Amino acid sequence: MVSVNELQSMYENMVTARHYEERLQEEYLEGKQPAFDISAGPIPGELHLAAGHEASGAGVCQHLRDDDTVTAPHRPHHIAIAKGVDLKRMTAEIFGRETGLSKGKGGHMHLFDPEVNFACSGIIAEGCPPAVGAGLAAKKRNTDSVAVAFLGEGAIDQGAFLESLNMASVQNLPVVFVVEDNDWAISMPKHRITDVANGARRADGFDMPGERVDADDAVAVYEAARAAVGRARDRNGPSLLEVQVHRRMGHFMGDPEGYRPDEDKAAAERRDSIERLEADLRGHDVDDETIDDLRDRAHERVEEAIEWAKDQPEPEPADAYEDVFVNPASGVTDSEPSVAETGGDD
Amino acid sequence: MATTTPDPAAVDSQTLTLVQAVREGLYTEMKRDDDVLILGEDVGDNDGVFRATEGLVDEFGSDRVMDTPLAESAIIGTSIGMAVRGFRPVPELQFMGFVYPAFDQLVNHAARFRTRSRGRFTCPLTVRVPYGGGIRAPEHHSESTEAFFAHQPGLKVVVPSTPYDAKGLLASAIEDPDPVVFLEPKLIYRSFKREVPDERYTVPIGEANVLREGSDVAVFTWGAMVRPTLEAAETLAEDGIDCHVVDVRSIYPLDEETIVDAFKRTGRGVVVHEAPQTGGMAAELTSTIQEEAVLYQKAPIKRITGYDTPFPLYALEDYYLPSAARIEHGIRETVEF
Ligand SMILES: Cc1ncc(C[n+]2csc(CCOP(=O)(O)OP(=O)(O)O)c2C)c(N)n1
Repeated sequence: MVSVNELQSMYENMVTARHYEERLQEEYLEGKQPAFDISAGPIPGELHLAAGHEASGAGVCQHLRDDDTVTAPHRPHHIAIAKGVDLKRMTAEIFGRETGLSKGKGGHMHLFDPEVNFACSGIIAEGCPPAVGAGLAAKKRNTDSVAVAFLGEGAIDQGAFLESLNMASVQNLPVVFVVEDNDWAISMPKHRITDVANGARRADGFDMPGERVDADDAVAVYEAARAAVGRARDRNGPSLLEVQVHRRMGHFMGDPEGYRPDEDKAAAERRDSIERLEADLRGHDVDDETIDDLRDRAHERVEEAIEWAKDQPEPEPADAYEDVFVNPASGVTDSEPSVAETGGDD
Repeated sequence: MATTTPDPAAVDSQTLTLVQAVREGLYTEMKRDDDVLILGEDVGDNDGVFRATEGLVDEFGSDRVMDTPLAESAIIGTSIGMAVRGFRPVPELQFMGFVYPAFDQLVNHAARFRTRSRGRFTCPLTVRVPYGGGIRAPEHHSESTEAFFAHQPGLKVVVPSTPYDAKGLLASAIEDPDPVVFLEPKLIYRSFKREVPDERYTVPIGEANVLREGSDVAVFTWGAMVRPTLEAAETLAEDGIDCHVVDVRSIYPLDEETIVDAFKRTGRGVVVHEAPQTGGMAAELTSTIQEEAVLYQKAPIKRITGYDTPFPLYALEDYYLPSAARIEHGIRETVEF
């Protein structure tokens, strides 16, 4: 049974993640309205927010240690927060600042934190094979660390995912695949991309355990993940989980969601896993004051991170040559006009 | 260059953006030939993430505008199978950075179907690919990897820089018996509008387009780099430097005749592209020119390109992409050599 402490810890992660997305939404939309201009504002480019996904990150990562590997997809914030990624540096990365996790070169889909063995990729299902590799590395090093690959239900038709299921299974590796089913892959409802409503059934084809958690319920995710992560840690091989989550903020910020019936969105919002967990906490005699404290603390942490991040410097042009093997800065640069001359812009 | 295209001023036309012209081209080809069909991620009910297929599912139905699962290998591979069996599929890859799961199908299969079958099969496939930087997107959403495709025998690679060329090149690509990678510079999808004839016309693959006649230096470019290049040429004209600007338009095959002629009349050459310099198409153009016209050469051919680094995030994007100022500077150096 899940302990009260663990419930509180998951709750704090989840309200942190939710508030984080709400605040990023505000920051992101600044300067992009009324006509949506994706290149304007303090966070230009795409932003995939994970409001509605919190139960998955919190319920799974509750079982993980810093030395366990997590690979996340293009919608990574809630998972990063639950895995313990440095929130300030992650936020600076999202704002494209020099002190960001990747020195402001990666952006919100490319968050990397070796302190807690966290990585992500903007290419769907791309994190699956490296998670298998991390599992193989753990096995070869004879440690009991595990690897978890998160992906969306839209990504389960990628070869990278199916090949990984097979590799993990045939090598008997400590890997857990977590499919976050938010019903939509951009404009495509799940039933139009797969005939198999229960995605966990794909595990059968690879002779590994598969379980679908049917409700937006952090405790149910926690229980399913306990079995799967435990199995991996005990060297009993990989598992596949599919967990029902929901999408509250469109595929990306600015997505008008013209394809999505209002009723679908309203129904999804009613399945709020945070409210559900709050009810669970009360059921465990956690009082209002404690819940308020957890929430306040989460909000403060988020505000602090955003404030700090916005204060950070932007990267220098020469930084582009750091941390990557390329030809030595070629003739292109030597004879170029200085940035001061061109203003870096036309 | 001989051209089969109508003068837009002389026929019924509408003013369109580049992305609208792509949509118009798709519409025209689908009306004309029932075997033309579209498949890809979010191309139907969502009108495509860049709205390039807007309204087409309503017009032609979901049998011909097919929303697919998120599986690029299957999207391109399925298109190959249909092409070989007589259809004219026009699959869309959402962004150029998503081609890699499909790279094997494209490079190892589509490109070789005709030669492997010794010409008894053809693979008339047009892969539409939004590409390039300047929209403040992360690196895998901003790259220009046209050289990957140009390097593969069996593939054709084209890039329109105007709404007119978008519609005309798309028609040529779709009627071509070989697989064509149709690159769409998304930075200029909506930057400007131009007249586009209502009637069907083609812009032939393999023909570059001289945008500006000049006698001092030939400048070769394509896609979204055409505009800053022309801007630089205007500025230089004020200082008496006369640029001959060529929109290369067809990356493979290259229009060697137009390119070499342009160089011969000026004796100086500059190539501008977004992609990193090493292994980029500028090297190919330079070599071609050297082979054909070395005796005309008055200065080293200059490459003004993206840098040999991964495409940077937004703060540095403007430094990475060749700007009018950088282009102007590079052209001056070449002329003053
Ligand atoms: C290989 C590849 N193809 C296409 C995309 C574009 N893309 C980004 S997210 C997405 C939908 C993913 O849906 P899902 O996996 O269900 O995750 P969700 O966005 O719903 O969280 C698509 C098509 C991509 N990132 N990578």
